[in-house]
Amino acid sequence: MPPAGGSAARVGAPSPFLTRVMTRRRESCFRTPSRAILDLAFLGNSHIMSSPPVLFHDVACPFCGMICDDLEVERAADGLKVRRSGCGRAASAFERKLPPSSPMIAGKDVPFAEAVAEAARLIGSASQPLYGGLATDVEGMRAVMALAERTGGVVDHAASGAQYRNFKVLQSVGWTMSTLTEVRNRADLVIIAGTDVQALHPRFFERIVAPAESMFGVTPKDRTVVVIGEGLEKAAKAARVGKVVSLACKPTEVGEVVGVLRARLRGFSLDKVKFGGVTLAEIDTVAELCRAAQYGVVVWAPAAFDFPHAELTVDQLAGLVKDLNPTTRFAGLTLGGAEGATTAASVATWQSGYPLRVSYASGAAEFDPARNDIARMLKAGEGDLLVWVASYSPDFVPPRTDLPTIVLGTPGLKPPKGTQVFVPVGTPGVDHAGRLIRVDSVVSLPLKNLGRAALPSVADVVSAIEAAL
Amino acid sequence: MLIKLTGGKVYDPENGVSGVVRDIYVENGRIVAPRPDAKPDQTHDVSGKVVMAGAIDPHTHIGGGKMTIARMLLPEDHMGDPVARTDITRAGCGHAVPSTHLTGYRYAEMGYTACFEPAMLPANARQAHMEMGDTPMVDKGAFAMLGSDDYFLRQLSEKKDFEAIKDYVAWTMHASQAIAVKVVNPGGISAFKFNQRKLDLDEEHAYYGVTPRQIIVNLARALKELGVTHPLHIHGCNLGVPGNMQTTLDTIRASEGLPIHLTHIQFHSYGTEGDRKFSSAAPQITELLNKTPNVSIDVGQVLFGQTCTASGDSMRQYAISKSANPKKPVVMDIECDAGCGVVPMRYRDKSFVNALQWVIGLETFLMFDDPWRLFLTTDHPNGAPFYTYPHLIRLLMDKSFRDDMFQTINGDAQKQSILPTLTREYTLDDIAILTRAGPARSLGLKDRGHLGVGAAGDITVYTDNPDREAMFQTPEMVFKGGELIVRNGKVVKVVQGGTHVARPDYDKGIEKSLKDYFDRFHTMRMDNFKVSDEEIVTGDKGSVIVQPTGPRVS
Ligand code: SF4
Ligand SMILES: [Zn+2]
Repeated sequence: MPPAGGSAARVGAPSPFLTRVMTRRRESCFRTPSRAILDLAFLGNSHIMSSPPVLFHDVACPFCGMICDDLEVERAADGLKVRRSGCGRAASAFERKLPPSSPMIAGKDVPFAEAVAEAARLIGSASQPLYGGLATDVEGMRAVMALAERTGGVVDHAASGAQYRNFKVLQSVGWTMSTLTEVRNRADLVIIAGTDVQALHPRFFERIVAPAESMFGVTPKDRTVVVIGEGLEKAAKAARVGKVVSLACKPTEVGEVVGVLRARLRGFSLDKVKFGGVTLAEIDTVAELCRAAQYGVVVWAPAAFDFPHAELTVDQLAGLVKDLNPTTRFAGLTLGGAEGATTAASVATWQSGYPLRVSYASGAAEFDPARNDIARMLKAGEGDLLVWVASYSPDFVPPRTDLPTIVLGTPGLKPPKGTQVFVPVGTPGVDHAGRLIRVDSVVSLPLKNLGRAALPSVADVVSAIEAAL
Repeated sequence: MLIKLTGGKVYDPENGVSGVVRDIYVENGRIVAPRPDAKPDQTHDVSGKVVMAGAIDPHTHIGGGKMTIARMLLPEDHMGDPVARTDITRAGCGHAVPSTHLTGYRYAEMGYTACFEPAMLPANARQAHMEMGDTPMVDKGAFAMLGSDDYFLRQLSEKKDFEAIKDYVAWTMHASQAIAVKVVNPGGISAFKFNQRKLDLDEEHAYYGVTPRQIIVNLARALKELGVTHPLHIHGCNLGVPGNMQTTLDTIRASEGLPIHLTHIQFHSYGTEGDRKFSSAAPQITELLNKTPNVSIDVGQVLFGQTCTASGDSMRQYAISKSANPKKPVVMDIECDAGCGVVPMRYRDKSFVNALQWVIGLETFLMFDDPWRLFLTTDHPNGAPFYTYPHLIRLLMDKSFRDDMFQTINGDAQKQSILPTLTREYTLDDIAILTRAGPARSLGLKDRGHLGVGAAGDITVYTDNPDREAMFQTPEMVFKGGELIVRNGKVVKVVQGGTHVARPDYDKGIEKSLKDYFDRFHTMRMDNFKVSDEEIVTGDKGSVIVQPTGPRVS
């Protein structure tokens, strides 16, 4: 029988309008501005972990864009321990010992309320605050959007440079894409373009490219991996798929190699026989694989193409998918999305209408992906205050800037010199519950509060700042 | 607090009230029996005005991944329509695919108090609810999409016990927080992943061997036996294909007396007559529908201008991607669950095809007899953005206006159409049924869509303007739960609105098989797939309203 909530039969109200309204005024797990948390300076995570060990199941990992949710994590007196399914990156991130950390103004410890009041004062007097970093969860991003709107700020995620290589293609020509579960069960040809997938998502091969079982009987042996790039075939070979084909070329050459592949698929003859380190014969082999595939997937992370006009490379990849779909089935799968990048772009899009790089200077959202690039603005000396949000990794520090800076950061993040206000914040999915959108922009996962440390969430802090304006 | 609306002409078809002058009393958010002796805390003199319940849109794409893809895709749609924040409202933008907050404000400013997202992919349900959570002013609800998801297709092809299919349908409604179930291109979204490009009603899915007919009948019967009020919401096979009328007629007959709802039927009412092999089949289809009381429809009216089509039907959206304008179609295969296609579209009155689509929608409205089985939609944003509703209402209510508009469309389409011979004009009662009482009854919202005692204080007050477009464009007052939220077409108070769900009974034993399925094949755990109440009710925002379901039968 169904869980709590029940059916009408069980509600059984005598009213002719048999309707039950459940309005929960109690604290929701997604927004917990607990007084106790807000008032405490954070003294390191040892002092709250005196209770007996607790094992959490089905834990979602927020430390890369794949958000694997099959982890088991134990909380014991000496901290968290990943007991099952985590990769090395997950283990080190979950198990990281947090140093003591306190809200600070100009490097001096202060109570939380003072830090919030000072942040509100700085933001309130800024004429163009820049809200950057944005490594947070859905609630954090919602709070940042509300504050940015109210204060005429600019909103941009630190990984936008990479994401915009994709967005430019999407906004110019569209594309055909797939998602993780679809690829896991279906793909018999995976073309990895220029991307060290293993480094970005240590469990991608295990979970997506070569799972032991698939719904449609595509075994690892039935799968072919093509890597277009240098030194990327090792992980594919380790995954024991049926076949690995490597087209060795530099990231800057991927676009040309894929362009030639498209030309060959269309039946063009070419004078040149070598493109970067790749021969026409090798490309023709891949063309045959493409034609024979039942469901081919072209995989890339836009961060891998870190050179000017790399959107043209992404355009070739999307174009390859487009060329093949009239006769067989192909789709793209774009990767990356760590540090809440996909979440930030999605929330910004549904609330403002644009995927980040918006300015609220006029009160309405103005979209200009070139101008509202916060990294560029900082270099050009634009804006008059930087608000930096970094709730996952201690290495996610703001770029160098002379602007006064407010940092909402995970303990251990070293605020750069000149940071006016520092507020330690919890990591979603570790210190508090939350939600995060996966790199395929379709699935979102609930994040658990593992009780590592009593720290406020970004949403708590940003809302407190907004209330203090 | 007691509020009194005095002197209005009330149109409340659910309670048989047609333009009668009467006072309405609202206390603590609900309509109460008249209390002529009591002294109201607030009195609104609405003498001479038209009073109706708040309008309900039973089919509008307002939340979920495909809308955010569409938003991301179309900055040009948004740049032309920026809206700054005010002291009470958030900033926003967008014409065809507006931002979430603006969607809520604009619906309320048009007199709507509830909107239902008809195509929520269970795999994307969490995000759909997050987006609806950021859509203030109106109540929300969503239909879970089933029928191309591999769990169901496996059940069907393995000829699983029908009770297990019912358990799965009910489980999905709970897990995704849905009020109803929709099927889109039954089995076709999955078939497209296997490189099938078309799947007619009796054509077999290449991998599972099941047919759309079997999918429709199983889902429709499951919902009926689960006691879910809204019947299976069907986006049929062959959307947009000339000649698809035959499939549509066959689908109507396939229901075999089971209650079903055929959505955006305009897109499924195409014949192949004439030089261009494209003609209106509205006469044939409405003729059969008029004799088939178990089937309800909404139209999905096309109106001219720029919009964006967004559908779960990846197969058909891929097929029409050549017509994308601007040329940037997006198609997705999604999570062994469903798919989507987002194709920007510009409907032109001088285009033969677009003009005929416009005609077919209007013919359907005018030739379908029973307003209780017909809902007013443009399938926002597929046929047109929702702001065009007042214009559509005027087309239905005002024959001479309709004739004027008809003169402006493509000449060949004019020649083919019987529209000028259709003299029917919708009445205010009809409009109140199409936009309030009918959808509420069909969705099982017992306390919405009418103004009887016990109903929610969701009320819209219009000036009785002979220009019906102007009248429905700018209501004078809109109340939500008894609070005045819109005055003279502008938001004066922001409210959150609740989320309507239905929770039919199911045997929890189904989770054993589901957990195994998720663990083996998915990239998400079963327990994480489920959307909890706490995700909809965040802080002091939002509420979950469980609408009743009938008893489960077999
Ligand atoms: S692959 Fe990514 S999401 Fe999965 S466990 Fe490792 S860091 Fe976490
Ligand atoms: Zn629709």
